[in-house]
Amino acid sequence: MSLFEKIKNDIVENQVWKAIFRHGYEDTPRNRVMMVTANVFLHLHPAKVRRHAIRMRFTWCMGGLTFFMFLVTAVTGVYLMFYYRPVAEYAYSDMKYLEFDMPFGMLMRNMHRWAAHTMVVFVWLHMFRVFLTGSYKPPREFNWIVGVLLLVLTLLLSFTGYLLPWDQLSIWAVTVGSNMARATPLLGNEGPFADLVGANPIYDARAFLFGGGEIGPHTLLRFYILHCIFIPLVASILMIVHFWRIRRDGFSGPPL
Amino acid sequence: MAEATREKKLPVDDKVHTWPHLVRLEFLVALLVFVVLIIWSVSIDAPLEEAANPTRTPNPSKAPWYFLGLQEMLVYFDPWHAGVVLPSLIIVGLMLIPFIDINPKGNGYYCFKDRKYEILTFFLGFHVLWVSMIIIGTFFRGPGWNLFWPWQRWDPHKVVALTNVDLPYLVGFRDYTWSAVFGVVVIGAYFVLFIAGFYWWVLRIKGREFLERWGMVRFMITAVLVALMISLPAKMFLRLVFNVKYILVTPWLNI
Repeated sequence: MSLFEKIKNDIVENQVWKAIFRHGYEDTPRNRVMMVTANVFLHLHPAKVRRHAIRMRFTWCMGGLTFFMFLVTAVTGVYLMFYYRPVAEYAYSDMKYLEFDMPFGMLMRNMHRWAAHTMVVFVWLHMFRVFLTGSYKPPREFNWIVGVLLLVLTLLLSFTGYLLPWDQLSIWAVTVGSNMARATPLLGNEGPFADLVGANPIYDARAFLFGGGEIGPHTLLRFYILHCIFIPLVASILMIVHFWRIRRDGFSGPPL
Repeated sequence: MAEATREKKLPVDDKVHTWPHLVRLEFLVALLVFVVLIIWSVSIDAPLEEAANPTRTPNPSKAPWYFLGLQEMLVYFDPWHAGVVLPSLIIVGLMLIPFIDINPKGNGYYCFKDRKYEILTFFLGFHVLWVSMIIIGTFFRGPGWNLFWPWQRWDPHKVVALTNVDLPYLVGFRDYTWSAVFGVVVIGAYFVLFIAGFYWWVLRIKGREFLERWGMVRFMITAVLVALMISLPAKMFLRLVFNVKYILVTPWLNI
């Protein structure tokens, strides 16, 4: 037995290794199945998949990559949260601080932003691919609905994050984007029939979104909490459902 | 490939182990994308402009790029319609797709021949309308939301004549009440004619047997959603060719 073999055996044949991995190390069909079924993360996949269903020309890898982009933004986002205070007086200077003083601060911020943009594009491409292969048809109708909700949440995640740098770009982009809420029929103060329900500039759909009549410090805190806690939480729950239903309804390809 | 998967009986060895075949692929693709993302993030910095100043509105003020399609729609419709009603209908319409599309073909494989109308509709809604509006909003709109070529200098003092008139005025109505009545009639006629035309078209293309299977509810939902989708290019056409501002003018809402 070579030295390499011996070291490998020492690693994979001791009690600690066996306590963590419930299956043997050897490449046997049984272990291949166990790798997936005995792993909490991988068991979202079935143990076996249809050969053609995992081809890249079929999946475009877009669903998985969207999730990967979500993970990248989650990890880089946590790093950014260490140095960022969602208070109007501090937010912008914290951005500068992050940019110039924090180790890898600028890289983390860049990765966070570009991954977020990429996630939006990937989620659209994923929807387009699912449409092209007709993968929303029975029995996958419900998963398509969950997917549409996730698409909306992706856009909302990106939109709420847009405000956080608290620079000219962010407050005006969010102002323009949110002004539409002001025009909601019945519920917005500039929308049709607003006077019927008594909507006014400080008491309407946009004020609910902003936490006040105008964009301001209250909006920053509100968007921060939506961006960092509420929407990621809801999106995660829907992702669990989404992945679970892929597992139940068959991984791509015609239903069984 | 479509031919191969359409077979009813699947061979037993059609399946492969997820580990390593799928997990390996996922890992490698994620790694590749991660490397590209890091190179991108090292070379291009995320934008950070001067500190927020609520008293200084930039011109133009643009929404995040993925919402610029909606902002571009504001040129043609009022905010309550372009910013609230139509986006909500896009979301609801997307969710309804699996329930109005009863074509059993193309379930889980590429298939263009038997699904050409479904795919063309999606193509029209997604690529032609949504994506192209985003491109126009991102690259072709400057100060005052006026049209500029991407290489053109943004002139904040560009003078654009406001020549748009309401459709009732254009055809000769000078009375508010009759203008509103005319607007309602035009919009009602649009939907009635569209649904009737759609009915005739489906009957001709797919036949009566299909229509019965499809059902009146599915037909009506589809017809109304498609009519609403086509209303955007229809309004764009009226605006760009005839300078029509609104079709329906009332004290409460304009369309």
